[in-house]
Amino acid sequence: MDPIVNILIQFVIKIAVILGIVFTAAALGVYVERKVAAFIQLRIGPNRVGPFGLLQPFADVLKLLMKEDITPKAANKPIHRLAPILTLAVTFIVYAVIPFSDFFYLNGEKIYMGIATSPNINVGMLFILAMTGISVYGLVLAGWSSNNKYSLMGGIRSSAQLISYELSMGMALVAIFLMSGSFGLSDIVNMQAGWKWNILLNPLGFIIFITAAFAETNRAPFDLPEAEPELVSGYNTEYSGMKFGMFFLAEYANMFTASVLISLIYLGGWHLPFLPEVLGLEPGSFLLAALQVLVVLIKTSLVCFFFIWARWSLPRMKYNMLMNLGWKVFLPLGLLNIVLTAIGVYIFK
Amino acid sequence: MNIKPIDKRAKLNFLERIFIPEMAKGMVLTFKHMFQKKYTQQYPEVKKELRGSFRGSPVLVRDASDGKARCVACGLCARVCPALAIEVQAEETTDLKERTPAKFEINLLRCIYCGYCEEVCPEEAIVLSQQYEWTFPSKEAAVLDREQLLTPEAELAPKLHFLVEYRNV
Repeated sequence: MDPIVNILIQFVIKIAVILGIVFTAAALGVYVERKVAAFIQLRIGPNRVGPFGLLQPFADVLKLLMKEDITPKAANKPIHRLAPILTLAVTFIVYAVIPFSDFFYLNGEKIYMGIATSPNINVGMLFILAMTGISVYGLVLAGWSSNNKYSLMGGIRSSAQLISYELSMGMALVAIFLMSGSFGLSDIVNMQAGWKWNILLNPLGFIIFITAAFAETNRAPFDLPEAEPELVSGYNTEYSGMKFGMFFLAEYANMFTASVLISLIYLGGWHLPFLPEVLGLEPGSFLLAALQVLVVLIKTSLVCFFFIWARWSLPRMKYNMLMNLGWKVFLPLGLLNIVLTAIGVYIFK
Repeated sequence: MNIKPIDKRAKLNFLERIFIPEMAKGMVLTFKHMFQKKYTQQYPEVKKELRGSFRGSPVLVRDASDGKARCVACGLCARVCPALAIEVQAEETTDLKERTPAKFEINLLRCIYCGYCEEVCPEEAIVLSQQYEWTFPSKEAAVLDREQLLTPEAELAPKLHFLVEYRNV
Protein backbone atom coordinates (compact mmCIF):
# COMPACT_ATOMS: atom_id res chain seq x y z
CA MET A 1 0.00 0.00 0.00
CA ASP A 2 1.08 3.52 -0.69
CA PRO A 3 2.61 4.86 2.55
CA ILE A 4 0.70 8.15 2.25
CA VAL A 5 -2.64 6.32 2.03
CA ASN A 6 -1.58 4.17 4.95
CA ILE A 7 -0.79 7.22 7.07
CA LEU A 8 -4.06 8.89 6.08
CA ILE A 9 -6.05 5.82 7.07
CA GLN A 10 -4.23 5.72 10.40
CA PHE A 11 -5.02 9.40 10.93
CA VAL A 12 -8.70 9.02 10.22
CA ILE A 13 -9.07 6.01 12.52
CA LYS A 14 -7.14 7.69 15.32
CA ILE A 15 -9.12 10.92 14.98
CA ALA A 16 -12.40 8.99 15.02
CA VAL A 17 -11.40 7.01 18.11
CA ILE A 18 -9.98 9.92 20.09
CA LEU A 19 -12.68 12.45 19.21
CA GLY A 20 -15.23 9.73 19.95
CA ILE A 21 -13.72 9.37 23.40
CA VAL A 22 -13.69 13.14 23.93
CA PHE A 23 -17.29 13.70 22.80
CA THR A 24 -18.55 10.80 24.89
CA ALA A 25 -16.58 12.09 27.85
CA ALA A 26 -18.03 15.59 27.44
CA ALA A 27 -21.58 14.21 27.27
CA LEU A 28 -20.97 11.95 30.25
CA GLY A 29 -19.34 14.87 32.05
CA VAL A 30 -22.56 16.88 31.81
CA TYR A 31 -24.54 13.94 33.18
CA VAL A 32 -22.08 13.14 35.99
CA GLU A 33 -21.84 16.81 36.93
CA ARG A 34 -25.61 17.02 37.40
CA LYS A 35 -25.77 13.73 39.27
CA VAL A 36 -22.90 14.55 41.63
CA ALA A 37 -24.31 18.02 42.25
CA ALA A 38 -27.66 16.45 43.09
CA PHE A 39 -26.15 13.86 45.40
CA ILE A 40 -24.11 16.47 47.25
CA GLN A 41 -27.25 18.56 47.69
CA LEU A 42 -29.25 15.51 48.83
CA ARG A 43 -31.31 15.38 45.65
CA ILE A 44 -31.71 12.62 43.06
CA GLY A 45 -30.79 14.47 39.87
CA PRO A 46 -31.86 13.69 36.31
CA ASN A 47 -33.63 10.32 36.18
CA ARG A 48 -36.39 10.69 33.59
CA VAL A 49 -34.68 10.40 30.19
CA GLY A 50 -33.49 6.85 29.66
CA PRO A 51 -32.31 4.50 32.41
CA PHE A 52 -31.07 6.54 35.40
CA GLY A 53 -31.42 9.63 33.17
CA LEU A 54 -28.39 8.56 31.14
CA LEU A 55 -29.80 10.04 27.92
CA GLN A 56 -30.20 13.48 29.53
CA PRO A 57 -27.16 15.07 27.79
CA PHE A 58 -28.49 13.95 24.39
CA ALA A 59 -31.87 15.44 25.21
CA ASP A 60 -30.08 18.65 26.19
CA VAL A 61 -28.16 18.76 22.90
CA LEU A 62 -31.37 18.09 20.96
CA LYS A 63 -33.03 20.97 22.79
CA LEU A 64 -30.11 23.30 22.04
CA LEU A 65 -30.18 22.33 18.35
CA MET A 66 -33.91 23.07 18.12
CA LYS A 67 -33.67 26.43 19.85
CA GLU A 68 -33.76 29.72 18.01
CA ASP A 69 -30.33 31.18 17.49
CA ILE A 70 -30.41 34.83 18.48
CA THR A 71 -27.66 37.30 17.62
CA PRO A 72 -28.00 40.71 19.28
CA LYS A 73 -28.55 43.58 16.86
CA ALA A 74 -25.57 45.54 18.15
CA ALA A 75 -23.21 42.57 18.16
CA ASN A 76 -20.19 42.29 15.91
CA LYS A 77 -21.66 39.41 13.94
CA PRO A 78 -18.62 37.69 12.38
CA ILE A 79 -16.70 37.70 15.67
CA HIS A 80 -19.82 36.74 17.59
CA ARG A 81 -20.05 33.69 15.37
CA LEU A 82 -16.33 32.97 15.43
CA ALA A 83 -15.91 32.92 19.23
CA PRO A 84 -17.66 29.61 20.05
CA ILE A 85 -16.06 27.89 17.07
CA LEU A 86 -12.63 29.05 18.20
CA THR A 87 -13.24 27.87 21.76
CA LEU A 88 -14.36 24.42 20.68
CA ALA A 89 -11.75 23.99 17.95
CA VAL A 90 -8.84 24.85 20.24
CA THR A 91 -10.14 22.34 22.76
CA PHE A 92 -9.95 19.57 20.19
CA ILE A 93 -6.67 20.64 18.54
CA VAL A 94 -4.87 19.88 21.79
CA TYR A 95 -5.58 16.16 21.29
CA ALA A 96 -3.21 16.14 18.33
CA VAL A 97 -0.27 15.66 20.68
CA ILE A 98 -1.85 13.81 23.60
CA PRO A 99 -1.02 10.10 23.57
CA PHE A 100 -3.49 7.73 25.23
CA SER A 101 -1.12 4.78 25.44
CA ASP A 102 2.32 3.54 24.56
CA PHE A 103 3.03 2.61 20.94
CA PHE A 104 2.09 -0.87 19.76
CA TYR A 105 2.82 -3.04 16.76
CA LEU A 106 0.08 -4.07 14.35
CA ASN A 107 1.13 -6.32 11.45
CA GLY A 108 4.71 -5.40 12.18
CA GLU A 109 3.95 -1.70 11.99
CA LYS A 110 4.65 0.68 14.85
CA ILE A 111 1.54 2.67 15.74
CA TYR A 112 1.33 5.53 18.23
CA MET A 113 -1.91 6.18 20.10
CA GLY A 114 -1.83 9.91 19.43
CA ILE A 115 -3.23 11.70 16.40
CA ALA A 116 0.15 13.08 15.33
CA THR A 117 2.17 10.23 13.75
CA SER A 118 4.62 10.40 16.56
CA PRO A 119 3.19 11.91 19.75
CA ASN A 120 6.79 12.13 20.80
CA ILE A 121 7.11 15.33 18.81
CA ASN A 122 9.43 17.10 21.13
CA VAL A 123 7.34 20.25 21.61
CA GLY A 124 4.22 18.40 22.79
CA MET A 125 3.68 20.25 26.03
CA LEU A 126 4.64 23.62 24.55
CA PHE A 127 2.03 23.11 21.83
CA ILE A 128 -0.60 22.38 24.49
CA LEU A 129 0.33 25.47 26.49
CA ALA A 130 0.16 27.61 23.34
CA MET A 131 -3.25 26.23 22.40
CA THR A 132 -4.77 26.62 25.86
CA GLY A 133 -3.45 30.17 25.75
CA ILE A 134 -5.44 30.73 22.56
CA SER A 135 -8.59 29.23 24.07
CA VAL A 136 -8.98 32.32 26.23
CA TYR A 137 -9.40 34.34 23.02
CA GLY A 138 -12.68 32.53 22.49
CA LEU A 139 -14.02 33.90 25.76
CA VAL A 140 -12.58 37.39 25.31
CA LEU A 141 -13.93 37.68 21.75
CA ALA A 142 -17.32 36.37 22.87
CA GLY A 143 -17.42 38.97 25.62
CA TRP A 144 -16.27 41.78 23.34
CA SER A 145 -18.42 41.05 20.31
CA SER A 146 -21.68 40.61 22.25
CA ASN A 147 -21.73 44.34 23.00
CA ASN A 148 -23.11 43.72 26.45
CA LYS A 149 -21.55 44.94 29.68
CA TYR A 150 -21.88 41.62 31.46
CA SER A 151 -20.30 39.72 28.57
CA LEU A 152 -17.51 42.26 28.36
CA MET A 153 -16.78 41.98 32.07
CA GLY A 154 -16.73 38.21 31.73
CA GLY A 155 -14.21 38.53 28.92
CA ILE A 156 -12.06 40.96 30.92
CA ARG A 157 -12.06 38.63 33.89
CA SER A 158 -11.10 35.75 31.69
CA SER A 159 -8.03 37.62 30.38
CA ALA A 160 -7.15 38.77 33.91
CA GLN A 161 -7.40 35.14 34.93
CA LEU A 162 -5.16 34.03 32.06
CA ILE A 163 -2.25 36.27 33.01
CA SER A 164 -2.49 35.12 36.62
CA TYR A 165 -2.50 31.36 36.20
CA GLU A 166 -0.60 30.76 32.96
CA LEU A 167 2.76 31.76 34.42
CA SER A 168 2.56 29.59 37.51
CA MET A 169 1.28 26.70 35.40
CA GLY A 170 4.35 27.05 33.21
CA MET A 171 6.58 27.19 36.31
CA ALA A 172 5.06 23.94 37.60
CA LEU A 173 5.71 22.32 34.25
CA VAL A 174 9.31 23.54 34.03
CA ALA A 175 10.09 21.34 37.03
CA ILE A 176 8.65 18.36 35.17
CA PHE A 177 10.66 19.19 32.04
CA LEU A 178 13.80 19.35 34.18
CA MET A 179 13.11 15.82 35.39
CA SER A 180 12.10 14.31 32.05
CA GLY A 181 14.49 16.28 29.88
CA SER A 182 11.80 16.46 27.19
CA PHE A 183 8.65 18.35 26.24
CA GLY A 184 7.11 15.20 24.80
CA LEU A 185 4.22 13.72 26.76
CA SER A 186 5.30 10.14 25.98
CA ASP A 187 8.71 10.81 27.53
CA ILE A 188 7.13 12.41 30.57
CA VAL A 189 4.90 9.35 31.04
CA ASN A 190 7.66 6.83 30.40
CA MET A 191 9.80 8.58 33.02
CA GLN A 192 7.19 7.67 35.64
CA ALA A 193 7.36 3.90 35.16
CA GLY A 194 7.48 1.83 38.33
CA TRP A 195 5.56 4.07 40.72
CA LYS A 196 7.87 7.04 40.19
CA TRP A 197 4.78 9.20 39.77
CA ASN A 198 5.37 12.90 39.56
CA ILE A 199 2.71 13.58 42.19
CA LEU A 200 4.99 11.77 44.68
CA LEU A 201 8.23 13.28 43.41
CA ASN A 202 6.90 16.77 42.90
CA PRO A 203 3.81 17.36 45.13
CA LEU A 204 4.22 21.16 45.23
CA GLY A 205 4.20 21.34 41.44
CA PHE A 206 1.11 19.13 41.42
CA ILE A 207 -0.80 21.50 43.70
CA ILE A 208 0.20 24.50 41.57
CA PHE A 209 -0.68 22.73 38.34
CA ILE A 210 -4.07 21.45 39.46
CA THR A 211 -5.02 24.89 40.80
CA ALA A 212 -3.98 26.46 37.52
CA ALA A 213 -5.94 23.76 35.68
CA PHE A 214 -9.06 24.75 37.61
CA ALA A 215 -8.49 28.35 36.52
CA GLU A 216 -7.74 27.34 32.95
CA THR A 217 -10.95 25.32 32.54
CA ASN A 218 -12.99 28.17 34.09
CA ARG A 219 -14.41 25.90 36.73
CA ALA A 220 -15.32 26.68 40.31
CA PRO A 221 -13.74 27.97 42.49
CA PHE A 222 -12.30 30.03 39.60
CA ASP A 223 -15.32 30.29 37.29
CA LEU A 224 -15.14 34.08 37.36
CA PRO A 225 -15.88 34.68 33.65
CA GLU A 226 -19.35 33.21 34.08
CA ALA A 227 -20.10 34.10 37.68
CA GLU A 228 -23.91 33.95 37.67
CA PRO A 229 -24.62 36.09 40.75
CA GLU A 230 -22.98 39.24 39.42
CA LEU A 231 -22.54 38.71 35.65
CA VAL A 232 -25.81 36.96 34.63
CA SER A 233 -23.90 34.32 32.69
CA GLY A 234 -20.68 36.18 31.93
CA TYR A 235 -19.13 35.90 28.50
CA ASN A 236 -21.91 33.68 27.08
CA THR A 237 -24.84 35.87 28.19
CA GLU A 238 -25.77 36.79 24.62
CA TYR A 239 -25.42 33.30 23.18
CA SER A 240 -28.29 30.94 22.55
CA GLY A 241 -28.99 27.70 20.77
CA MET A 242 -26.09 25.64 19.53
CA LYS A 243 -23.60 28.51 19.86
CA PHE A 244 -24.18 28.36 23.58
CA GLY A 245 -24.06 24.58 23.25
CA MET A 246 -20.55 24.84 21.81
CA PHE A 247 -19.35 26.86 24.80
CA PHE A 248 -21.01 24.35 27.07
CA LEU A 249 -19.44 21.40 25.26
CA ALA A 250 -16.06 23.15 25.25
CA GLU A 251 -16.24 23.60 29.01
CA TYR A 252 -16.62 19.88 29.59
CA ALA A 253 -14.17 18.91 26.86
CA ASN A 254 -11.70 21.31 28.50
CA MET A 255 -12.26 19.67 31.84
CA PHE A 256 -11.56 16.31 30.21
CA THR A 257 -8.40 17.67 28.56
CA ALA A 258 -7.13 19.05 31.85
CA SER A 259 -7.87 15.73 33.55
CA VAL A 260 -6.05 13.78 30.85
CA LEU A 261 -3.05 16.08 31.20
CA ILE A 262 -3.01 15.77 34.97
CA SER A 263 -3.22 11.99 34.82
CA LEU A 264 -0.48 11.83 32.16
CA ILE A 265 1.89 14.32 33.71
CA TYR A 266 1.43 13.69 37.42
CA LEU A 267 -0.47 10.45 37.98
CA GLY A 268 1.74 8.01 36.12
CA GLY A 269 -0.13 8.08 32.80
CA TRP A 270 -0.77 4.68 31.30
CA HIS A 271 1.46 2.65 33.60
CA LEU A 272 -0.27 -0.29 35.22
CA PRO A 273 0.22 -0.68 38.97
CA PHE A 274 2.31 -3.79 38.19
CA LEU A 275 4.56 -4.92 35.39
CA PRO A 276 2.66 -5.93 32.22
CA GLU A 277 4.47 -9.29 32.20
CA VAL A 278 2.33 -10.39 35.19
CA LEU A 279 -0.67 -10.62 32.86
CA GLY A 280 1.42 -12.25 30.16
CA LEU A 281 1.23 -9.20 27.90
CA GLU A 282 4.32 -8.26 25.94
CA PRO A 283 5.27 -4.61 25.64
CA GLY A 284 4.10 -3.43 22.23
CA SER A 285 1.11 -5.76 21.92
CA PHE A 286 -2.32 -4.44 20.98
CA LEU A 287 -4.00 -5.82 24.11
CA LEU A 288 -1.53 -4.04 26.37
CA ALA A 289 -2.16 -0.77 24.51
CA ALA A 290 -5.92 -1.22 24.99
CA LEU A 291 -5.38 -1.86 28.68
CA GLN A 292 -3.20 1.25 28.90
CA VAL A 293 -5.95 3.36 27.30
CA LEU A 294 -8.32 1.97 29.92
CA VAL A 295 -5.90 2.88 32.72
CA VAL A 296 -5.57 6.44 31.41
CA LEU A 297 -9.34 6.75 31.13
CA ILE A 298 -9.88 5.48 34.69
CA LYS A 299 -7.34 7.93 36.10
CA THR A 300 -8.85 10.70 33.99
CA SER A 301 -12.38 10.01 35.16
CA LEU A 302 -11.23 10.09 38.78
CA VAL A 303 -9.63 13.49 38.19
CA CYS A 304 -12.81 14.63 36.40
CA PHE A 305 -14.79 13.54 39.44
CA PHE A 306 -12.44 15.61 41.60
CA PHE A 307 -13.10 18.65 39.39
CA ILE A 308 -16.86 18.22 39.74
CA TRP A 309 -16.66 17.47 43.45
CA ALA A 310 -14.60 20.60 44.06
CA ARG A 311 -17.08 22.71 42.10
CA TRP A 312 -19.92 21.77 44.44
CA SER A 313 -17.82 22.18 47.59
CA LEU A 314 -15.84 25.38 47.27
CA PRO A 315 -17.10 28.97 47.00
CA ARG A 316 -16.06 31.17 44.07
CA MET A 317 -13.08 33.47 44.51
CA LYS A 318 -13.02 37.13 43.66
CA TYR A 319 -10.71 37.88 40.78
CA ASN A 320 -8.35 40.04 42.78
CA MET A 321 -7.97 37.00 45.04
CA LEU A 322 -7.13 34.82 42.06
CA MET A 323 -4.55 37.32 40.82
CA ASN A 324 -3.14 37.56 44.34
CA LEU A 325 -2.90 33.79 44.48
CA GLY A 326 -1.35 33.52 41.04
CA TRP A 327 1.25 36.28 41.35
CA LYS A 328 2.11 36.47 45.03
CA VAL A 329 1.76 32.84 46.09
CA PHE A 330 2.09 30.42 43.21
CA LEU A 331 4.75 32.26 41.21
CA PRO A 332 7.29 32.31 44.12
CA LEU A 333 6.32 28.76 45.04
CA GLY A 334 6.78 27.70 41.43
CA LEU A 335 10.25 29.27 41.33
CA LEU A 336 11.11 27.57 44.62
CA ASN A 337 9.86 24.31 43.15
CA ILE A 338 12.13 24.71 40.12
CA VAL A 339 15.16 25.35 42.33
CA LEU A 340 14.39 22.35 44.55
CA THR A 341 13.79 20.09 41.56
CA ALA A 342 16.99 21.28 39.89
CA ILE A 343 18.96 20.42 43.03
CA GLY A 344 17.21 17.04 43.21
CA VAL A 345 17.91 16.29 39.55
CA TYR A 346 21.55 17.32 40.03
CA ILE A 347 21.99 15.01 43.01
CA PHE A 348 20.06 11.93 41.87
CA LYS A 349 20.84 11.80 38.16
CA MET B 1 -24.08 39.59 78.28
CA ASN B 2 -21.01 37.76 77.22
CA ILE B 3 -21.09 37.88 73.44
CA LYS B 4 -17.73 37.97 71.74
CA PRO B 5 -17.60 40.35 68.78
CA ILE B 6 -16.60 38.53 65.62
CA ASP B 7 -13.07 39.56 64.78
CA LYS B 8 -12.81 39.37 61.03
CA ARG B 9 -9.06 39.68 61.19
CA ALA B 10 -8.76 36.78 63.61
CA LYS B 11 -5.29 35.36 63.69
CA LEU B 12 -5.19 32.22 61.57
CA ASN B 13 -2.50 29.69 62.16
CA PHE B 14 -0.31 28.47 59.32
CA LEU B 15 -2.44 25.46 58.37
CA GLU B 16 -5.55 27.64 58.20
CA ARG B 17 -3.78 30.21 56.08
CA ILE B 18 -2.69 27.80 53.37
CA PHE B 19 -6.37 26.77 52.97
CA ILE B 20 -5.64 23.24 51.81
CA PRO B 21 -6.61 21.39 55.03
CA GLU B 22 -9.70 23.59 55.34
CA MET B 23 -10.71 22.84 51.75
CA ALA B 24 -10.16 19.15 52.42
CA LYS B 25 -12.51 19.39 55.41
CA GLY B 26 -15.20 20.97 53.26
CA MET B 27 -14.77 18.39 50.54
CA VAL B 28 -14.98 15.50 53.02
CA LEU B 29 -18.29 16.94 54.20
CA THR B 30 -19.73 17.12 50.68
CA PHE B 31 -18.42 13.62 49.96
CA LYS B 32 -20.30 12.30 52.99
CA HIS B 33 -23.42 14.06 51.72
CA MET B 34 -23.37 11.95 48.59
CA PHE B 35 -24.32 8.84 50.55
CA GLN B 36 -26.93 10.38 52.78
CA LYS B 37 -30.68 9.96 52.44
CA LYS B 38 -32.14 11.95 49.55
CA TYR B 39 -35.02 14.29 50.21
CA THR B 40 -36.50 14.34 46.72
CA GLN B 41 -40.08 13.12 46.34
CA GLN B 42 -40.78 11.58 42.94
CA TYR B 43 -43.99 13.60 42.76
CA PRO B 44 -46.36 12.23 40.15
CA GLU B 45 -45.53 8.64 41.07
CA VAL B 46 -45.06 9.08 44.81
CA LYS B 47 -47.44 11.45 46.50
CA LYS B 48 -47.10 13.27 49.75
CA GLU B 49 -48.63 11.60 52.79
CA LEU B 50 -51.27 14.07 53.91
CA ARG B 51 -52.44 14.71 57.45
CA GLY B 52 -56.12 14.92 58.42
CA SER B 53 -55.83 18.67 58.86
CA PHE B 54 -54.72 19.22 55.23
CA ARG B 55 -56.71 21.93 53.42
CA GLY B 56 -57.36 20.86 49.85
CA SER B 57 -60.30 21.98 47.76
CA PRO B 58 -63.70 22.27 49.55
CA VAL B 59 -66.34 19.54 48.99
CA LEU B 60 -69.82 18.71 50.26
CA VAL B 61 -70.19 15.64 52.46
CA ARG B 62 -72.66 12.96 51.29
CA ASP B 63 -73.95 11.48 54.54
CA ALA B 64 -73.44 7.74 54.86
CA SER B 65 -76.82 7.18 56.61
CA ASP B 66 -79.17 8.47 53.88
CA GLY B 67 -76.87 9.14 50.91
CA LYS B 68 -77.91 12.80 50.72
CA ALA B 69 -76.02 16.03 51.31
CA ARG B 70 -75.56 16.99 54.95
CA CYS B 71 -75.88 20.62 53.94
CA VAL B 72 -78.94 22.54 55.15
CA ALA B 73 -78.21 25.54 52.91
CA CYS B 74 -77.89 27.98 55.79
CA GLY B 75 -75.52 30.10 53.68
CA LEU B 76 -72.97 30.70 56.46
CA CYS B 77 -70.12 29.44 54.27
CA ALA B 78 -71.09 31.84 51.49
CA ARG B 79 -71.22 34.69 54.00
CA VAL B 80 -67.87 33.93 55.58
CA CYS B 81 -65.99 33.19 52.35
CA PRO B 82 -63.41 36.01 52.00
CA ALA B 83 -62.92 35.32 48.30
CA LEU B 84 -66.67 35.14 47.47
CA ALA B 85 -66.17 31.72 45.91
CA ILE B 86 -69.35 30.05 47.22
CA GLU B 87 -72.90 30.52 46.02
CA VAL B 88 -75.83 28.78 47.79
CA GLN B 89 -79.55 28.74 47.05
CA ALA B 90 -81.88 26.80 49.36
CA GLU B 91 -85.00 24.75 48.71
CA GLU B 92 -87.41 22.82 50.89
CA THR B 93 -87.48 19.05 51.14
CA THR B 94 -89.72 16.56 52.86
CA ASP B 95 -86.75 15.21 54.78
CA LEU B 96 -86.29 15.57 58.49
CA LYS B 97 -83.95 18.53 58.17
CA GLU B 98 -86.38 20.36 55.83
CA ARG B 99 -83.78 22.37 53.85
CA THR B 100 -81.35 21.38 51.17
CA PRO B 101 -79.25 23.34 48.68
CA ALA B 102 -80.92 23.73 45.28
CA LYS B 103 -77.77 25.24 43.91
CA PHE B 104 -74.35 25.01 45.46
CA GLU B 105 -71.43 26.29 43.44
CA ILE B 106 -67.79 26.76 44.38
CA ASN B 107 -65.53 28.68 42.04
CA LEU B 108 -62.15 27.02 42.50
CA LEU B 109 -60.40 29.86 40.70
CA ARG B 110 -61.56 32.16 43.52
CA CYS B 111 -61.12 29.74 46.40
CA ILE B 112 -58.07 30.50 48.56
CA TYR B 113 -58.23 27.29 50.63
CA CYS B 114 -58.52 29.23 53.88
CA GLY B 115 -60.92 26.73 55.44
CA TYR B 116 -63.31 29.33 56.94
CA CYS B 117 -66.29 27.55 55.35
CA GLU B 118 -65.34 24.33 57.07
CA GLU B 119 -64.87 26.15 60.37
CA VAL B 120 -68.19 27.97 60.26
CA CYS B 121 -70.36 25.07 59.03
CA PRO B 122 -72.76 23.94 61.79
CA GLU B 123 -73.39 20.53 60.17
CA GLU B 124 -69.84 19.59 59.16
CA ALA B 125 -71.31 19.47 55.68
CA ILE B 126 -68.59 21.38 53.81
CA VAL B 127 -65.02 20.26 54.48
CA LEU B 128 -61.67 20.76 52.81
CA SER B 129 -60.72 17.49 51.15
CA GLN B 130 -57.26 16.15 50.36
CA GLN B 131 -57.59 16.90 46.66
CA TYR B 132 -54.99 19.47 45.60
CA GLU B 133 -54.31 18.63 41.94
CA TRP B 134 -56.65 20.53 39.66
CA THR B 135 -56.53 21.39 36.00
CA PHE B 136 -59.38 23.04 34.14
CA PRO B 137 -59.91 23.31 30.40
CA SER B 138 -61.80 26.61 30.83
CA LYS B 139 -62.86 29.16 33.43
CA GLU B 140 -66.40 27.78 33.37
CA ALA B 141 -65.20 24.28 34.17
CA ALA B 142 -63.57 25.59 37.34
CA VAL B 143 -66.99 26.34 38.84
CA LEU B 144 -68.05 23.08 40.45
CA ASP B 145 -71.76 22.43 40.98
CA ARG B 146 -73.56 20.47 43.66
CA GLU B 147 -73.25 17.06 42.02
CA GLN B 148 -69.53 17.48 41.38
CA LEU B 149 -68.95 18.58 44.95
CA LEU B 150 -70.83 15.80 46.72
CA THR B 151 -68.33 13.30 48.08
CA PRO B 152 -69.04 10.12 50.05
CA GLU B 153 -68.36 10.44 53.75
CA ALA B 154 -65.97 7.45 53.68
CA GLU B 155 -63.51 9.28 51.41
CA LEU B 156 -63.29 12.18 53.82
CA ALA B 157 -62.72 10.07 56.92
CA PRO B 158 -59.32 11.59 57.90
CA LYS B 159 -60.67 15.15 57.82
CA LEU B 160 -63.95 14.28 59.59
CA HIS B 161 -62.01 12.40 62.23
CA PHE B 162 -59.74 15.42 62.66
CA LEU B 163 -62.75 17.71 63.09
CA VAL B 164 -64.32 15.43 65.72
CA GLU B 165 -61.04 15.25 67.58
CA TYR B 166 -59.73 18.81 67.50
CA ARG B 167 -62.46 21.24 66.47
CA ASN B 168 -63.39 23.91 69.00
CA VAL B 169 -67.15 23.81 69.32
